[in-house]
Amino acid sequence: MNRIAASRAWLRRNLFADAFSGATTLLLLAGAIYWLPGLIDWMLLQAVFRPDAAACQAVNHAGACWGVVAEKYRFILFGRYPHAEQWRPLLATALLLAVIVASGLRLLSRRSLVTAWTLVLPSFFILMGGGSFGLTPVGSDQWGGFPLTLLLAAMGMLLAFPLAIGVALGRQSDLPLLRGLCAVYVELVRGVPLISVLFLASFLFPIILPQGVSIDVLLRVQAGIVLFAAAYLSETIRGGLQAVPAGQHDAAAALGLGRWQAMRWIILPQALRAVVPSMMNSAVSVFKDTSLVTVVSLYELTGSLSLALAGDAEWRSFYLEGYLFIGLIYWIGCYAMSRFSRGFESRVGAGGTAI
Amino acid sequence: MQGRRRRKLGIQALLAAALLAAFWWLLDVTAANMAERGIRSGFDFLRDPAGFAIGESLLPFDSADSTLWALAAGLANTLRVALPAILISTLLGTLIGLGRLSTNLLLRGLCTAYVETLRNVPLLLQLLAWYFVVTDLLPLASEALQLAPRVFLSKSGLSLPWFGGDGGLFDLPLRGEMGIVGGAALTPEFLALLLGLSLYTAAYVAETVRAGIQSVPRGQSDAALALGLTRVQLFRLVLLPQALRSIIPPLTNQHLSLTKNASLAVAIGYPDLVSVANTTLNQTGRAAECIALIMAVYLILSLLTAWLSAWLERRTGRWAERS
Repeated sequence: MNRIAASRAWLRRNLFADAFSGATTLLLLAGAIYWLPGLIDWMLLQAVFRPDAAACQAVNHAGACWGVVAEKYRFILFGRYPHAEQWRPLLATALLLAVIVASGLRLLSRRSLVTAWTLVLPSFFILMGGGSFGLTPVGSDQWGGFPLTLLLAAMGMLLAFPLAIGVALGRQSDLPLLRGLCAVYVELVRGVPLISVLFLASFLFPIILPQGVSIDVLLRVQAGIVLFAAAYLSETIRGGLQAVPAGQHDAAAALGLGRWQAMRWIILPQALRAVVPSMMNSAVSVFKDTSLVTVVSLYELTGSLSLALAGDAEWRSFYLEGYLFIGLIYWIGCYAMSRFSRGFESRVGAGGTAI
Repeated sequence: MQGRRRRKLGIQALLAAALLAAFWWLLDVTAANMAERGIRSGFDFLRDPAGFAIGESLLPFDSADSTLWALAAGLANTLRVALPAILISTLLGTLIGLGRLSTNLLLRGLCTAYVETLRNVPLLLQLLAWYFVVTDLLPLASEALQLAPRVFLSKSGLSLPWFGGDGGLFDLPLRGEMGIVGGAALTPEFLALLLGLSLYTAAYVAETVRAGIQSVPRGQSDAALALGLTRVQLFRLVLLPQALRSIIPPLTNQHLSLTKNASLAVAIGYPDLVSVANTTLNQTGRAAECIALIMAVYLILSLLTAWLSAWLERRTGRWAERS
């Protein structure tokens, strides 16, 4: 009896609180009854899961053709990387992902984390590029798919971070020239679209380098992403620096710490901790933004999908399923990062270490 | 004190000297490289005939017109897609943001799912998917879907009634054997870009609106309800004026990112500023000039938006104090 009363109260509160709420509930339920069967039909019941182009054509979009993913997944995930060697990007990606997850969830102590990163980063490049340990060399123009996405995003954040701290501190400097320079850099980059920065990296960097020096397009685009991300990140960090109460500076000075010592041990740790959620937002943006490098002909996840399907008349009409597949990969990455940042917020909030 | 000031001056002089040296060296290397590769520099190409066609243009454009005019047409196209997208995303985003605060569990869940889905997938991917849906999965123009009386949707885009035409006040599209004639036609490129930008940005606007309304202390709602205000009055007279103050600055930022994101048009072939500049770059080889032009235009747009935002903030501040 009590249970029924409780569930009625729950229904009333959550679905039929007033006339408007009740009408909304009925409307949404009607919509679900109208749309859901068709959606389930398309996604599952009528869908073709076998890598069978003829069967997919026969269904003629009445059901999804997941067969395109079954047929092309290696091309989509690894791009033009030589087929027989694809265990290398797989292993490299797994290692890098593992160390990122371990850092996020604090599975390792600080010291083993540092060791893990210093081991994993070089191994990533050795595995991908080859040329040593008996691995055949694979030029970076053949790198592609998810490993490239992960590399651009991870290195983008990793390298942008120290630069952003430098720029944020520069904007607080008492040297007007340095302050102005940092401000101009930040406002300039934040005012223009990423695509123009990528154009700059891809077309202009070769012209401004001395003759005989050439860096490959991957490195140039990576530099573009770092410069772009650092501008946004430095604004976030500057916000964190401003949030540290003035008393902290005074207390550090009273303890006899110099300016740099105070910055290193007192101010920065508090400032960075305060802005972890915003920095995770930047990481999500960088991860999504890597898709733009397709425009300057680097075949990361989005680009390698086009590469896999564009030239293949049999599968070309099933782009949508391909987009949904890589969309899911991006979604998992971004959602995991935003969940982490929310978890961090509540953890810090509960622990009372927040400022 | 004197010594400290002198040291500061010294450091800055050194910094300036280093910067100048680096700049001079860069110019030198660039000039040498350009001479080597036979690249000319300067903005004189802006006056030459463009020599390429633009798929669609708000401004009358012909390939014999100057490159400068082509870029102007590109900028007009950027604004042509950005302004309606700003309007749609703001309206839709506001509704979704309010939906996330609803007492109705289903509505709240639906709006949350919308935000979490759209925000966590790259915009470029969404644009490509929309473009594919429009150009590949929709029926041919001769079998166009009729969305509303005289509104047709097909592979060739969206046709809808518009002012003008030969026969009177309105020009009405008609579906025939050969496709659709009459009315205003929106190309698939424009449609995909408008849809993609609006829906993606709406998710961000929704979060901005939600955060803004939640920033108003709960006591304000309680007090208003205790005074006997209805829910509509509570929203219009108490929550909205206070929330707007914290909504408007991030909202104008969203509008600015939308305009910057319109540059992804280049990926689906809508001739916006960046795509026209990209074509120019490929034809003339003037990379530095073209990129500088893109950046300059966007910087000016950013500055204008910042001023507009500051002006709006002052106005809403006054409005909030009055009401």
